[in-house]
Amino acid sequence: MLKIDRATYDAIVTHAKKDHPDEACGIVAGPEGSDTPTRFVPMVNAAGSPTFYEFDSQELLALYKEMDRSDEEPVVIYHSHTATEAYPSRTDIRLASEPNAHYVLVSTREHGNSEGPVEFRSFRIVDGEVTEEEVSVVES
Amino acid sequence: MAIDVRIPTILRTYTGGEKAVSGEGSTLAALIDDLESNHPGIKERLIDGSELRRFVNVYVNDEDVRFTGGLETKLDDGDEVVVLPAVAGGSAATVPVARG
Repeated sequence: MLKIDRATYDAIVTHAKKDHPDEACGIVAGPEGSDTPTRFVPMVNAAGSPTFYEFDSQELLALYKEMDRSDEEPVVIYHSHTATEAYPSRTDIRLASEPNAHYVLVSTREHGNSEGPVEFRSFRIVDGEVTEEEVSVVES
Repeated sequence: MAIDVRIPTILRTYTGGEKAVSGEGSTLAALIDDLESNHPGIKERLIDGSELRRFVNVYVNDEDVRFTGGLETKLDDGDEVVVLPAVAGGSAATVPVARG
């Protein structure tokens, strides 16, 4: 199960809506081993694409060095799908490389940049295997 | 000649769980061969044919080696090498060949 606080949940949704129709991406870091996402870090989608996302390689390095210094890890890795469901694509599965992370997918296909609900789902992706998990939003 | 190599979580199965290992080599290609001799299997995760894998980033002293000569990037004693898998994906059924 992914436990995430309301403010972080809302920040992910806002980012996804803002970048629609391109895919938005980012992470939520947390203390190593805590499984608790605490630090929201929106990233630039260097691919700038409606069907693909990739962190900029230099920003990726800076992010991981910072997490290393603070004894953090990527607890959540999120991105949006803007025309399809919030479920990992073959590409997502193939490229998933953080076995300990919760992979959050948000779909903005229904309301785009506008107000309105989104699909918000969370998955583990380990060795090509996808397992959906419950999302529990903790009201702050 | 010792070069410090930071290993990402997903490749630590090859290093007995170690976050960093030490290696040798005057180029990145030579370093990866040296790593392979101590951590068999790791090379295949980094290299596809004669090139660095598209979704593996390698940095020497904070510079992405794609801009410094790729596998031919020269290394010196004390250099720091960081390996990071790209964080990437998306709804596309196939991945773009070119970078960003």
